[in-house]
Amino acid sequence: MPNDFLLNKTRSHFFNQGLAMKKTALAIVGSLTALAALAGPGSTTTPAPGRTPYFAANCANCHGTDGKAASAIPPIAGRDRAYLEESMKAFKNGTRPATIMHQLAKGYTDEEIAILAEYFAKQK
Amino acid sequence: MSRFNPDRRRLLHALGASTALAAAAGIPGTSLAAVASKRGKTIGHVVVVGAGFGGATAAKYLRKWSDGAIEVTLIERNKQFVSCPASNEVLGGNRAYDSLVHGYDGLRKNWGIRLVHASVTGIDADKRRVRTDTAGDFAYDRLVLAPGFDFIYGDIAGYDAKAQESILHAWKAGPQTLALRKQLEDLPAGGTYVLSIPKAPYRCPPGPYERASQIAWYFKTHKPGSKVIILDANDKVISKEKLFLGVWESDYKDIIEYRPGWNVVAVDPVARIVTSELGDKERGEVLNLLPPQRAADIARVAGVVNVNDRWADVDWISLESTAVRNIHILGDALQAAPLMPKSAHMANQHGKAAAAAIVEILSGREPQPTLMANNCYSLIDDKRAIHVDSVHRYHPEKKVPLVVDGSGGVSKEPSVEEGLYTRAWATTMWKDSLS
Repeated sequence: MPNDFLLNKTRSHFFNQGLAMKKTALAIVGSLTALAALAGPGSTTTPAPGRTPYFAANCANCHGTDGKAASAIPPIAGRDRAYLEESMKAFKNGTRPATIMHQLAKGYTDEEIAILAEYFAKQK
Repeated sequence: MSRFNPDRRRLLHALGASTALAAAAGIPGTSLAAVASKRGKTIGHVVVVGAGFGGATAAKYLRKWSDGAIEVTLIERNKQFVSCPASNEVLGGNRAYDSLVHGYDGLRKNWGIRLVHASVTGIDADKRRVRTDTAGDFAYDRLVLAPGFDFIYGDIAGYDAKAQESILHAWKAGPQTLALRKQLEDLPAGGTYVLSIPKAPYRCPPGPYERASQIAWYFKTHKPGSKVIILDANDKVISKEKLFLGVWESDYKDIIEYRPGWNVVAVDPVARIVTSELGDKERGEVLNLLPPQRAADIARVAGVVNVNDRWADVDWISLESTAVRNIHILGDALQAAPLMPKSAHMANQHGKAAAAAIVEILSGREPQPTLMANNCYSLIDDKRAIHVDSVHRYHPEKKVPLVVDGSGGVSKEPSVEEGLYTRAWATTMWKDSLS
């Protein structure tokens, strides 16, 4: 344990310099990281390929971690991608009635809905 | 997609970033890279203080999203988790207390989180160390503080330690939940239960109104003639107003009396009388007082309380304190964003947002804003429930999450279907946060 702390402390020293320095350093790193840093805030819920779409975890509170829950609330893990996407869009535009999903779906862009559908369709 | 899997790519990023940072700092990068490779995939150590809905979720998702590359130590003084959500059902006699109680073994076994049962006594932000009473010190790269709230008892004259033995809040689930249930069971038929609500913000905005409804249901079915008197320091029902008022009118008309603008400032624990700011008095056999609230003591110790001497302000991308670097704050202790409630659901979402940001930071990337959602169900009798929900998106100019236009809302009416969802939600929340 003490060793862990020593190592972490050493390493974290470099990770915790001022923001300005971090930005400078990021610019040095490489194109992928630099691209991520360049993307503006507010428009970046879309993950880079291979990155975790963190906002998919918004759904987990009711539908279970990674969409896996066996309860009165419908499961979404492993469902057909197109079904999930079209369901969310139907909730969003009001053509499919719901107790709550018609209100929550309106919080997401169509692009985000597509990402969610793809993510949950892949969960086994 | 390249032939590298995401884990591998993330690791390479982390190594690249640390080498570059070392170079920028004028320190040979090779030694750092050597350290990192010798250590395998580890990219940092995060200490999480407080294993409620926010802290436990942050700990789990830090492990999940870093694929184990971030070491997580979770410090929690209680050996067991007792859920506030659903605890009002216990007061109404609609749920067994034991169903609220959960262990932390899932976090240890499923996610490799190091659990430490101790109380945090000090935080040295410069040295990045946390001190505990019985388990020694812990160093961190990033600290996640999920302390919850403490009461400002001093705002109600007479609500001293002695009075607190018999006049309960039961606003942190646990022994007080059972004790208040016992007081209600012991109340003779025809007796009066008084519930006071502090001015917002406080934990769980619809919670007091749900509690009043649950206890009214209990009186209606078991204690004929008994009354529920709600003394609300706010000038109206602050959550699901029309729905609660509608239920009270249709189901609990002769049971619930609602008094807005009634701010309790004093209590006589012997006579069991409370007094308002304006000098009004009310008596009840069972008094259930909720004093005003603030971020819990440990937030003060950490020096992160910087709003009205009550709450902790954060950067809403990383949930890092605006007062102290490398400390991320979650849950009820926060100075909330507009229309963002202090709820278990929200604390869980804060935990995920902070975990995402920390994974990015420790991987050498800039954290990006994420979306957050909230949903609060309230059971208004033994079967039917109502909800309020919202989706919050970071606003780049205002630098705060705002409710997405047109999103969110409340139930059309109470329903058995939502009652089923309410109980499913609680079970799923416990799993998502704790296992």
